[in-house]
Amino acid sequence: MAKRSLSEKLSILADAAKYDASCASSGGERRNSSDGKGLGSSGGTGICHSYAPDGRCISLLKILMTNFCIYDCAYCVNRASSRIERARFSVEEVVYLTVEFYRRNYIEGLFLSSGIIRSPDDTMADMVRIVRTLREQENFRGYVHLKTIPDASPELLDEAGKWADRLSINVELPTQKGLDQLAPEKDLTEIRKAMGEVRLRREASREKTYRGKRKAKFAPAGQSTQMIVGADGANDRTILHQSSNLYANYALSRVYYSAFSPIPDSSRILPLKSPPLVREHRLYQADWLLRFYGFEAGELADDGMLDLDVDPKLSWALRHRAAFPVDINTAGKEMLLRVPGIGTRSVQRILGARRHRRLRYEDLAAIGANMKTAKAFIVADGWSPGGLTDAANLRARFAPPPEQMLLI
Amino acid sequence: MHRVAIPRIGALAVWRAAARGFLRDGIRPEEVDWSGADTLFDRLPEASDQGRAGSSYTLSKAALGTIETALSHSDPDRYARAYQVVWRMAHGDLRFGDRSDPQMHKLLDHAKAVRRDIHKMHAFVRFREGPPHGERRAFAAWFEPEHPIVEAGTPFFAKRFGDMDWVIATPTLTATFKNGTLTYAETSDAKPPPDDAAEELWCTYYASIFNPARLMTRAMQSEMPKKYWKNLPEARLIPDLVQTAQSRSRAMQEAAPTQAPAFFEAIARAQDRAEEASPDAMEALRRRAAACERCDLACHATQTVWGQGPVDAPLMIVGEQPGDQEDLAGLPFVGPAGQLLRALAQDVGLSIDDAYVTNAVKHFKFTPRGKRRIHQRPNVGEVEACKWWLDLEMRLIKPRLVLAMGATAARALTGRNGAMAARRGRVEPGRHGGDVLVTLHPSYLLRLDGAAKVQATQAFCADLARARDFQRDSAQAVGDVAVGGGGTPGNGDLSGLHRG
Repeated sequence: MAKRSLSEKLSILADAAKYDASCASSGGERRNSSDGKGLGSSGGTGICHSYAPDGRCISLLKILMTNFCIYDCAYCVNRASSRIERARFSVEEVVYLTVEFYRRNYIEGLFLSSGIIRSPDDTMADMVRIVRTLREQENFRGYVHLKTIPDASPELLDEAGKWADRLSINVELPTQKGLDQLAPEKDLTEIRKAMGEVRLRREASREKTYRGKRKAKFAPAGQSTQMIVGADGANDRTILHQSSNLYANYALSRVYYSAFSPIPDSSRILPLKSPPLVREHRLYQADWLLRFYGFEAGELADDGMLDLDVDPKLSWALRHRAAFPVDINTAGKEMLLRVPGIGTRSVQRILGARRHRRLRYEDLAAIGANMKTAKAFIVADGWSPGGLTDAANLRARFAPPPEQMLLI
Repeated sequence: MHRVAIPRIGALAVWRAAARGFLRDGIRPEEVDWSGADTLFDRLPEASDQGRAGSSYTLSKAALGTIETALSHSDPDRYARAYQVVWRMAHGDLRFGDRSDPQMHKLLDHAKAVRRDIHKMHAFVRFREGPPHGERRAFAAWFEPEHPIVEAGTPFFAKRFGDMDWVIATPTLTATFKNGTLTYAETSDAKPPPDDAAEELWCTYYASIFNPARLMTRAMQSEMPKKYWKNLPEARLIPDLVQTAQSRSRAMQEAAPTQAPAFFEAIARAQDRAEEASPDAMEALRRRAAACERCDLACHATQTVWGQGPVDAPLMIVGEQPGDQEDLAGLPFVGPAGQLLRALAQDVGLSIDDAYVTNAVKHFKFTPRGKRRIHQRPNVGEVEACKWWLDLEMRLIKPRLVLAMGATAARALTGRNGAMAARRGRVEPGRHGGDVLVTLHPSYLLRLDGAAKVQATQAFCADLARARDFQRDSAQAVGDVAVGGGGTPGNGDLSGLHRG
């Protein structure tokens, strides 16, 4: 094979990484280089440095160390049986790209993932070497997200957590059945064990020693995972149950949902259609409700799938009209959080303002609530929804107009 | 009328000093003209008045921060509005953050717009490298913000790019960072710096990371408005990427899957060889249990928590089920209850490491609640399903005494239910034909308080002591037969019992 240029490798190995949804660079340890001895800063909110025409942000240099892989996961473009171009970065090349891109303010840091070459341990050791070089030789203080290999040894995981801000392991599919069918080498138990290991190490690193010293930080920005939506037959309820289980079990920072999109040289056992982007969007909304609004997985997709026409919170409200209208001036926080059109920040503002005075309809608009949605579900001074809450056509006001089906 | 000229550089400090003085002297907002751009101000109150207690109104940190942020807006009335807001707040006429007040609302909106503009500056400044200044590499950028935010937005870059020199020029001001010092000046040279070869690589990355099957140009533009595009090198790729997206995506869907490359077969063969059975019976059992799906608990828990200890242990200790920590670590008795057991066992001189410890149920049962897991007691069906594994463990270990901790373990081992108060401390016949000593579960002790706790702990320790006596007797017996002198008499010094 002819030797590839850096630009050719970058194009192959970035292309291979584009199916990973994660892009966050927020949270974690606060660092900066105002001492003049290093490069970079991190902590607080992440920054999206650009946006691709697919609407997704570009915050990190998201690349694979290599797209050679001994696994044969059907949904993955890099699977062993796929005839795509293969390439491999050297340690120096990844370090060079990260530092030079960072210096020009193109990125917040590095998201490094890899196909599995030789063995999980060999692959993980190579990835750890890249991050260590960045940190030790280049004094790089930007963000690093490392996609760990579930079967790699605990010692390597330990080192990975020492250098990286965030670790992640993709569960890829919500059930073991799906994995057996599409990713024969992957084992949900192995993935969970690795996540459990990360959680234990993170907790241990936060405990102070008995002399009051802080231990070395371990993956300060937490861990995350990704599930592919629409490649196997799992429904939204299964997916959301799996997510809430993962949040509770391993204190994950994020679960990413990635609508399965056609890949070059695709396997025969996969659906060949456009990615279910609306479904992906609804899952993100539902996930948000799980984490910040006190909803439970079972409430949101009670007949299996989320409503594609309206968002999951509005959908829940339309199915539970007996709980509405909610009196903005007296309702508790839990109930305010369940009102469609009112977000967490609006709830905070409502509670803050309520300490001084009663709220009127106009105040809610000023506070930032989406009154077009909220007005059917609330009572405020000078406003009562009357029959609107129970109106038969309420759903139709929000749902997109019906579409003519194609005849072919 | 008081006139104040706000300079282009250092505006915040001038406004703050002036506003503080006016407020102290009771000068009403209508009496101040903040637009004295080209005349020298008539009177600027002296800057520092911090020594005079009670003479000035104190703003909260959050309020002052928001007001100062709003002052970086391009609205010409911003200085007057900010003083009016402060005046009204100082006179109890306005509460900070009250959005129903139009003036406050506008100020908060301006602060938000400025924060967004600053954020976009942090995101969209693109440095190009120039000739180095001595040791330090040097970079320059041209950026066009919507509001006068250079002073508010550039300290970020000083923290981020501390080891290099850089210049960020905008149509009004230029920020220069040299040898660790940040300075501002009026812009003299209003043009972008020369090209940088790294931009080609960046554009390669930008084009490759885009997934043509997910075209969403509206989402892109809402976050990266066109007004910023002309200074973003990657933006010139957008029209072409958008235009060819559909055909690329269709081509992918239509292309038939091809034959797997030659190395695929070789990899598959190598992996088959690696999978070979373990000769060790306990290890084989552990592996089979790891894939257990005899009940639904396996779908939620992390892993099967198998027993731990020597396979020839005369004493076996059986608890109820793994908890949160055990589930994560994959080891029995590492959580709070396990730690209590180990501490109490050490007190009475029972060696846990010489016993085989396991649980009646091998998976953690819980309900997720936010980021926590609430422990749940396993039901009869789950205990029955898991008895299969417990029986196999018993058959391998062949314990001469089993210590059953808690009702679940007692039931699984003896097949009988009954109030623990009556059963604890008794030796019952086990289903396996041997003796079962029934005792409390240490997690029960964790839930008690006061006298009840002391009493229950004493009872538990008494049972542990019986297990210890048994452990000593059997060690003595082994010692008599084999090497001799293995058992150490009295004093709870059990070091002699530990394996080398």
